Amino acid sequence: MENHSKILIVDDEPNIILVLEFLLEKQGYQVKKAFDGLHALEILVDFTPDVIVLDVMMPNMDGFETASAIRKIPELEATTIVFLTAKGTETDRRQGYNTGAEYYMIKPFDNDVFLSTISEILAYG
Amino acid sequence: MLYIALLFYIAWWVDKRADRGASVVSNPYIYALSLAVYCTAWTFFGSVGRATSGGLSFLAVYLGPSLLAPLWYMLLRKMILISKNQRITSIADFISSRYGKSSNLAILVTVIAVTGIVPYISIQLRAVTQGINVLANLSPNAGNLEGYFWKDAAFYVALAMAIFAAVFGTRKLDPNERHEGLVAAIAFESLVKLLAFLAVGIFVTYSIYDGFGDLFAQAALNEATVKLFSFQSSGVTPFAWFVLIMLSLFAIILLPRQFHISVVENTTPRHIPKAMWVFPLYLLLINIFVLPVALAGKMLFDGSVLPDTYVLSLPLKMGAPWLALATFIGGFSAATGMVVVEATALSIMFSNHILVPLLIRSRGTSNETKKTGFSDRLLDIRRFSILLMLLLAYLYQRAIGASHDLVSVGLISFTAAAQLAPAVIGGMYWKRATHQGAMTGLITGFLVWAFCLPLPSLAQAGLIPNDFVQNGLFGIGFLKPYALFGLEGMDAISHAAFWSLLINGWTYAIVSINTQPNMLTLTQANIFVNIQNYIGGQDWDILKREAKMFDLRNVLNRFLGENRTQIILQEYETTNNISLKNEKNAPSDLINFAETHLAGAIGAASARLMLDNVTKEEAITLDEVMRILEQTKEAVAHSHIMETKNAELNTLTTQLTDANEQLKTLDRLKADFITTITHEIRTPVTSIRSLSKIILDYRNELDEKQISEYLQVLVNESNRISRLINQVLDIEKLQSETMPYSFEKIDLREIVQTPIAGMQQLFAEKNIRCEFKWPSEEMLIDGDRDKLIQVMVNLLSNALKFCPLNEGIIAVSLQKEQNFIILKVKDNGIGIPKSRQKDIFEKFTQINSVGQGKPYGTGLGLFITKKIVEQHKGSIRVESELGKGASFEVTFSA
Repeated sequence: MENHSKILIVDDEPNIILVLEFLLEKQGYQVKKAFDGLHALEILVDFTPDVIVLDVMMPNMDGFETASAIRKIPELEATTIVFLTAKGTETDRRQGYNTGAEYYMIKPFDNDVFLSTISEILAYG
Repeated sequence: MLYIALLFYIAWWVDKRADRGASVVSNPYIYALSLAVYCTAWTFFGSVGRATSGGLSFLAVYLGPSLLAPLWYMLLRKMILISKNQRITSIADFISSRYGKSSNLAILVTVIAVTGIVPYISIQLRAVTQGINVLANLSPNAGNLEGYFWKDAAFYVALAMAIFAAVFGTRKLDPNERHEGLVAAIAFESLVKLLAFLAVGIFVTYSIYDGFGDLFAQAALNEATVKLFSFQSSGVTPFAWFVLIMLSLFAIILLPRQFHISVVENTTPRHIPKAMWVFPLYLLLINIFVLPVALAGKMLFDGSVLPDTYVLSLPLKMGAPWLALATFIGGFSAATGMVVVEATALSIMFSNHILVPLLIRSRGTSNETKKTGFSDRLLDIRRFSILLMLLLAYLYQRAIGASHDLVSVGLISFTAAAQLAPAVIGGMYWKRATHQGAMTGLITGFLVWAFCLPLPSLAQAGLIPNDFVQNGLFGIGFLKPYALFGLEGMDAISHAAFWSLLINGWTYAIVSINTQPNMLTLTQANIFVNIQNYIGGQDWDILKREAKMFDLRNVLNRFLGENRTQIILQEYETTNNISLKNEKNAPSDLINFAETHLAGAIGAASARLMLDNVTKEEAITLDEVMRILEQTKEAVAHSHIMETKNAELNTLTTQLTDANEQLKTLDRLKADFITTITHEIRTPVTSIRSLSKIILDYRNELDEKQISEYLQVLVNESNRISRLINQVLDIEKLQSETMPYSFEKIDLREIVQTPIAGMQQLFAEKNIRCEFKWPSEEMLIDGDRDKLIQVMVNLLSNALKFCPLNEGIIAVSLQKEQNFIILKVKDNGIGIPKSRQKDIFEKFTQINSVGQGKPYGTGLGLFITKKIVEQHKGSIRVESELGKGASFEVTFSA
């Protein structure tokens, strides 16, 4: 089950990273991980993922700021941003879309739903 | 007779001119001359009489209005404005209107006025009678008192004057329309009496003697007259002068005839300034020759002739009967002028306030009165009142006889009129004055007056037992009418004026302060005191009244006649630009309008009574009351209360705002807390859920090591949730102070060392150095071991959270200073802004430092820490600067 789609996961919770990395790698995706927004931007300098899975509440640079920054990078125009966060209010969701994200998912999540969302994105853009 | 005919002609001519719209009397000079109705037979005959015994003291009653002209001007102007605005027709009406249109008060004032003025009218009768007798060469008091009244000349004089007054004063009904003919006749009479007196004076001074110089030189040589030149020897004390001046000031505005002429008959307040100098000038002129005539009389007659008749006797003795006749006409003018106006004024009061209300009450609004109508009847009532007045005066004159000179009797009336002063003047300047205050003030003043002045004079005339004058009432020495409460050494007038006005004024003030004015009194008080705000404005009434148009029209028809009613209603229609034809109900302002017109005919109190019969009052609504309060800016008392309430409200508002602010903050903190707690729970739940699913789904693919690693995560995350729940529960316990403590002697060194050791793994993960130098000295305190370890763990976790990776240093120290043990936990992390340092020990507070989206922890740690420290009677504080780390310092007592 080989798949060359590239995915970046950004979260400050090591255990979440652990879960996401396991699930995505099982699907054969190429996964890179970052512990906060700044770390993610560093990685994005020479890595152009198809999907970025982004937490919101993180130290140094939160998910919203990170998404806005990413949307200013022309090379990442084709990249889909998926928020995966515990912040579940309607206000948060709207703010998420406003920063340029395409998807907004709430923790805790169902592993299968998460994975099918990712594969959908990769199949249809 | 010719003279009387001339007066009638003048009056008739002026009235006719007025009907054609060309008013003759609307002229400041005529106004000033008509004011000279103040100078009566008293002035004409009496001043000379007084001057022969009291020297210059006769001047006092003329100095009052002259010296105090500015004060008079102020009072008079305000009275006129009020009276025009309120359609006031008499002094009784004025007082009643001020104190809530009270009919009792109107009756009281009328009684005082009638009682007080009757002696005054009586001296006019006496003066005229004396004059006739002198001219007829009889003894001045002939017609003897023992004889039957129809042999008494004074009786016919009274009758003649009654007819004269009735014809002049009651030619028309509505006193609001003013009696122009009357005013013109009075002004003419004033001129006549002045000229007559001047003629006598000039005759005496220049014909009998060679001018003032000669006359005074001769008088100075005469023993009987020389003492009249000085104040002291005249026997009139400075206090008596003061009293006379005050009394005359009050008299000039409060005597019913003065009020009538100066206020009711006034055409415009613009005439006052001119009258202010013309009238005193008149007084000066008419008084110039008083002293010369008195001196001459005293020298030539040597006490054989009544001094009050010198002005007639002198020309007669010197062989100038024509001059004596002219002088008599002058004196007659003075007397008739006074009697006519006084009787008119009193009859208006008497009929409006006593007779008409009685008739209305006894008949109600029965059909009978509707048929007959009141307007003709009213005139009859007036005429009857005038007749009654003069009969009373005649009886008084007969009773007292000649035992007092003219001036003494006149001053009794002045003192009576002065009793109205507190109620009138107070009413115009003091809003707080109440109906009850005016009532009691007037009654007490009047009683003291009656007891001190007219009663003793009646007693001396032998009508009532004389005993109380000598020995005091009921034999009590304090109640002697001429030495009340042991106050002796004053003349009767000063004494009576002093006590009656003092008691009157104080009662008025004290009762007013201790009673509450009713709503109508309040409104009226406001109009009277602040009349300038109401001039030209519709006068409004706090009571919103309603009446059937039909009833209202009937009432008006009955008192004003159909023609006048029609005119009044038309006037109302044009000013308000509405048609009343199809209106069934009369609007409130029409009722007020009708009331003021009706008041002109029958007085305010009666008008009110009449309209009360046909109107029903609506309860005033709250916002009308508010409007009125606003408009009247009522009573200092009220505004004080409002100010206090306002201050209280302000304080309350501030407190509420503060409380609200606190609530908002709490609310925000709570919302933050919930968000935080939710997030804090969701995060481990996410890991647990996903990981357990992974284990479930992929258990065959996972190796042993992976599985145990994942299971460990599940355990850790579950612990995390438990911890969180415990913290939240701790908060709850701290809140209600029920957290169990078990105190024992413990060594703080150990408390500090244990968590540091336990957290080595965590420090190592972030490559942070934690330094603690073990003190050699024991650090013993009474404390709960577990709780204190929790404090230490919290402080260390905070430091750990904020310390930078790899370069973090946490310095822990423990030292003893005097009786205190100080524990410090210092980090080199991001620090806490000064502005937040107070908040951090509060519940739910988290520091979202610059550039950090994620709060570390629940926001409960430091709150719990602080609470625990406080339970150990210690304190905690923080020192920090943004970017330079933070240092937490906990102090315990050793």
